Amino acid sequence: MTPVLQTVRLTHRYSEGTPFERVAVDSVDFSAQRGEFIAVIGHTGSGKSTFIQHLNGLLKPSSGSVLFDGKDIHSSKEFTRQVRFRVGLLFQYPEYQLFEETVYRDIAFGPKNMKLKDDEVDERVREAAGFVGLGEEILGKSPFDLSGGQKRRVAIAGVIAMRPEVLILDEPTAGLDPGGREELMENILRYHDGGKRTVIYITHSMEDAARTAQRIVVFNHGHIAMDGTPREVFRRGFELIQMGIIVPQITRVMMRLRELGLDVDDSVYSVDQAIAALRETKGGGDRA
Amino acid sequence: MLKDITLGQYYPGDTLVHRLDPRTKLILTLIYIAALFTAIVYAGYALVVLFLAVSILLSRIRLRNILSGLKPLIIIVLITGILNLFYTKGEHLLVHFWRISIYWEGVETAIFMALRIMLLIAGTLLLTYTTSPLQLTDGLESLLNPLKKIRVPVHELAMMMSIALRFIPTLIEETDKIMSAQRARGADFETGGLIAKAKAMLPLLIPLFVSAFRRADELATAMESRCYHGGEGRTRMKQLSMARRDWIALAVGVLLLALVILFRRLGI
Repeated sequence: MTPVLQTVRLTHRYSEGTPFERVAVDSVDFSAQRGEFIAVIGHTGSGKSTFIQHLNGLLKPSSGSVLFDGKDIHSSKEFTRQVRFRVGLLFQYPEYQLFEETVYRDIAFGPKNMKLKDDEVDERVREAAGFVGLGEEILGKSPFDLSGGQKRRVAIAGVIAMRPEVLILDEPTAGLDPGGREELMENILRYHDGGKRTVIYITHSMEDAARTAQRIVVFNHGHIAMDGTPREVFRRGFELIQMGIIVPQITRVMMRLRELGLDVDDSVYSVDQAIAALRETKGGGDRA
Repeated sequence: MLKDITLGQYYPGDTLVHRLDPRTKLILTLIYIAALFTAIVYAGYALVVLFLAVSILLSRIRLRNILSGLKPLIIIVLITGILNLFYTKGEHLLVHFWRISIYWEGVETAIFMALRIMLLIAGTLLLTYTTSPLQLTDGLESLLNPLKKIRVPVHELAMMMSIALRFIPTLIEETDKIMSAQRARGADFETGGLIAKAKAMLPLLIPLFVSAFRRADELATAMESRCYHGGEGRTRMKQLSMARRDWIALAVGVLLLALVILFRRLGI
């Protein structure tokens, strides 16, 4: 099956040809199949944000290429533009991009740029607003009068209204309270719709990544350092810590147990898994 | 890319030029500019160029950085040069065709004018390359202090300047980010006529203004909660002080100007 998104030896250098030149992404080969739910992690400056901005053609690679459905997204201007709509990208702190007089018009900005008919735009705006839980009464308000959490929802609705096949989010839950995070993650899962759409999201929270994603991609120094299921990634907990990534507390507990000589599976990332692993451990069953 | 703008860029270093008091550097730059505009003969120019070259060498700023700072001005330099080339009348005719005639004097003026603009910018670039914005505004405030007597709000102006300089990179980064975010929603900043382009700027400018106001508000609160109340009785962590090297540098500057004036009088 052709991957929906694929990068081939993707390299990006900032400030090329100046003394400040810096390689942010270094010949990365990556592919995402339709319907995947992928979490991208890595510490600040690991190149993950730069990387995802290539996936909808916002940044042009210094070398290498990005393919959408097997076709180079920079093959023609028209195609790049199309890809922008088919791969929706939500930036960090997206509430700062709101600009319209009303919430309705702000959400409609994307669909209008797609040159859709007015009734189609209307339908999408209402659907997207409903999707993130914004009521009818909010649509007529100015986005600047809303609370931080509501603004974030408006911004997300603005991307969802384009109905992208691939939704990419850069730390969507940053700065939200626990309730808001929970709700947002639920929305994203609902958009994924059991694998009808593809979701790629950057997060700092290993807990979030472990809980929701089927696949975790770890960035370090502009390279993909690990790529696999949560368990495969967590099995290398020590390396993760060396890369400056904070692993879940329960994983650290298990790693420490292992260090102390207990032969326990430390690739766990939830308390339930930890209990199960401890039960499996030699002799653990009797004591539990 | 927007990030590549080098306006007001500071290249940290620990050379003689970096260590000079910012007031010295400001006055030297003024002297340098005065000398540049006084010099109308070869020897005078040569002296000014020599002064700049030595300063650049001492500062260890790479020539490439100075040249890249000059790049945005190429068009202005070219236009000035071309206008002078065609519009200067003289005695020694070089080329004449149709209604255009070029005189040797025109060539000379064109070269000198272009050189003058480039030297002017290169000199001021050296000032900003070797002086941090904070030092620069401190120096400026200190130099303009006498104006307080005639109720010019010198401290407030200097504070405004340092805040503005501080926020240029932040705003550039912010602009970059908002532009990307809107482009991700299909905004098009490049194509279309003048009106279409102006309209397309709205999704960029409105969030930018909103965030600038928000930042200003936050900054004001932060300053007030640190008991900032203007320049009255304010002390500094880093006191400006003139050292021996500053007086020597100023003496060299005065000498430069004197020599350039002398050469002009003598006409050599």
